[in-house]
Amino acid sequence: MSEADAMPRRPDEHGVPDPFPFMHPVLKANFGNWDYHDRPRPGVLRHVSKDGVEVWTVRAGTQRQMDIHTIRKLCDIGDEFAEGHVRFTTRSNIEYMVSTVDKVDPLVAKLQAEGFPVGGTGNSVSMISHTQGWLHCDIPGTDASGVVKSLMDMMYEEFINEDMPNRVRITTSCCQINCGGQGDIAINVQYTKPPVINHDLVANVCERPAVVARCPVAAIRPAMVNGKASLEVDEKKCVCCGACYPPCPPMQINSDESTKIAVWVGGKHSNARSKPTFHKLVVSNLPNNAPRWPEVAEVVRKILMAYKEDAKDWERIGEWIDRIGWPRFFEMTETPFTRHHIDDYRGGRRNLNTSAHIHF
Amino acid sequence: MTKKDHDTPLLDELKEGPWPSFVNGLKRLSQDEDQQYSGQVKDLLGQLEHSYETRRGYWKGGTVSVFGYGGGVIPRFSEVAEKFPESSEFHTLRIMPPAGNHYDTNTLRKMCDIWEEHGSGLIAFHGQSGDIMFQGCSTDQVQPAFDKINEMGFDMGGAGPALRTAMSCVGQARCEMSCFDEQRAHRTIINEFLDEMHRPALPYKMKFKFSGCPNDCVNAIHRADFAVLGTWRDDMKVNQDEVKKYVAEAGRKYTIDNVITRCPTNALSLNDDDTLDVDNKSCVRCMHCLNVMNKALSPGDDKGITVLIGGKRSLKIGDQMGSVIKPFMKLDTDEDFAALTEFAEEVIDFFAENALEHERIGETIDRIGLSNFLDALDVDVDPNMIAQPRTNSYVRMDDWDEQAEKWEEIKSQSADAAE
Repeated sequence: MSEADAMPRRPDEHGVPDPFPFMHPVLKANFGNWDYHDRPRPGVLRHVSKDGVEVWTVRAGTQRQMDIHTIRKLCDIGDEFAEGHVRFTTRSNIEYMVSTVDKVDPLVAKLQAEGFPVGGTGNSVSMISHTQGWLHCDIPGTDASGVVKSLMDMMYEEFINEDMPNRVRITTSCCQINCGGQGDIAINVQYTKPPVINHDLVANVCERPAVVARCPVAAIRPAMVNGKASLEVDEKKCVCCGACYPPCPPMQINSDESTKIAVWVGGKHSNARSKPTFHKLVVSNLPNNAPRWPEVAEVVRKILMAYKEDAKDWERIGEWIDRIGWPRFFEMTETPFTRHHIDDYRGGRRNLNTSAHIHF
Repeated sequence: MTKKDHDTPLLDELKEGPWPSFVNGLKRLSQDEDQQYSGQVKDLLGQLEHSYETRRGYWKGGTVSVFGYGGGVIPRFSEVAEKFPESSEFHTLRIMPPAGNHYDTNTLRKMCDIWEEHGSGLIAFHGQSGDIMFQGCSTDQVQPAFDKINEMGFDMGGAGPALRTAMSCVGQARCEMSCFDEQRAHRTIINEFLDEMHRPALPYKMKFKFSGCPNDCVNAIHRADFAVLGTWRDDMKVNQDEVKKYVAEAGRKYTIDNVITRCPTNALSLNDDDTLDVDNKSCVRCMHCLNVMNKALSPGDDKGITVLIGGKRSLKIGDQMGSVIKPFMKLDTDEDFAALTEFAEEVIDFFAENALEHERIGETIDRIGLSNFLDALDVDVDPNMIAQPRTNSYVRMDDWDEQAEKWEEIKSQSADAAE
């Protein structure tokens, strides 16, 4: 064998693929020429071009972490009932485009028959954007797919209908880094204890100055422990964020007891009406109760139903709370208000009420 | 002999319920006894069940890559490999999707075939990074799997301290709100800087996201170091006949309560004849009225982009949104795209040279102040960059006259440019 044969193949640095070869022909032909859209039924969009050309999109939920059989089934449906082209939304919903209206109902029926919920459009609860969790992450406090499956089962009707005041975008994150992002409701891991340090491993595994630098509250310092170079944590200062854990796995932040779940509300990406906002704390210390997380699901359900019942049309959850006020929100969702809701981190005073605007 | 299944009573509880179950998918893969991945998925289910029992994760990182690239593979080695040997290596390949996430079924089938042969059979469309996640690959299969994916015309995405995989919305392909060619901007910029993606050498991650309008469907302001949002600077378009039809259908009260008074800058008024009066100088392009009265209202003709820089999630100083750095840029001609690419290069270079290790550019701006950042990039100040002027007096201002003169120059330059 020559040396050249033994060399691995060099990659072709294609970069981001050109979408046009994959794009549905009607989308390609009307690129940049769309005029308006409406929603004939939940889960279905009709876009009309400036020349009057129509395209129907049928949106269905998936489990995101898909086995190849599921993907092939989705392809079979695409070939038989749609026109062989699909796309995925930011929230892992699959979309089929068809060029004639008569294809819509059979496609919807087939997707439903195969167990793919059709919905996620308009003022619905769309699929939860989520992270990897125990299935694949190296620093997870909880699972992601399991939490999402449990919650989507609970909110199934809200996915397939458009009965919410405005769209609801939910996220989960399996550590406090919050890779799931901001959401109308966010279900995130909340650590409650400082890291437990394995001093035998720190010197070999961790770049100590880098770990010290990661701490947002300067609670970590180099130390000799039992004659070994290690790190120590000032537990009075520690905010239990887990930032030291990724660069230094011997600083274990997770435990079966102390890793808890917190629920946040009022995050919003869109600029519509109000500016984008971050989500705000509602409840913490919920148990990390695999495999169904019922306590988390119950809190989310209460928030969702209070919002559905009370919000005015087009108010997102954060905008609804802006109107009714936090006292009423905590009352309606039957959740306790605690000292931990008061932001005393750096810059936190901007989250205080500096007015005589009081909700009674 | 067939490998025994692990008992998974906890995961089995996730097989039921109306939402599609990832557990059913994994179980089915594990039962494909004639496929190479069957044993790997059986042990993966075993390890996942173990996580559900003990409420702990059992993966650790490491170093795995493909020839010629430094990043893009997420290595996962099991910490409980003695119990679950066949899933002891379960790496992910991050592969960049076509801009806008368009596929034909033939392409998806080819991807499945590759992952059937070389991987676990588990693929995510898509991860939070925007990549196709080919999950579950042993170290020796990473190269052959990537070779085949690469031969299909797909390329590795970003990981680690590098330019990351970008995202763009469906945009011009199927959206009437789109204000620029998202897929072109996405591909032009990312494909220009692939070296920063595939050979990680930046202080930390850098993400670009492209949303065609301020509805920001790819969450760029929150999630991108460099967010590009479509907008327009002339008047929004109003089809008064459609406005009247909308009012007739929805009712005056509904229109006033849900469109007119929901305008954040009170730029709308409903005339007595049920037509719409728009104060375009006060409109901030929030999109609400266009979203609700979709058929009647549309973006103007003089379209372009707004660039916000510095969005990121919580590590280390807390969540930050991007803030406006370029209130408006045109993005029509080749020259416009070249100008945006050049600006992106200046930002990446500034980040590479000035950010501390593990510092996102938003944190760098926080550390040095926006004015210094603007100086470094030679970007003129603009009142659209702020929510309000400073409210404290702790600043040295003895060069005020000079700065005021600069502002007059900026104004006269932009007046010249407009002529």
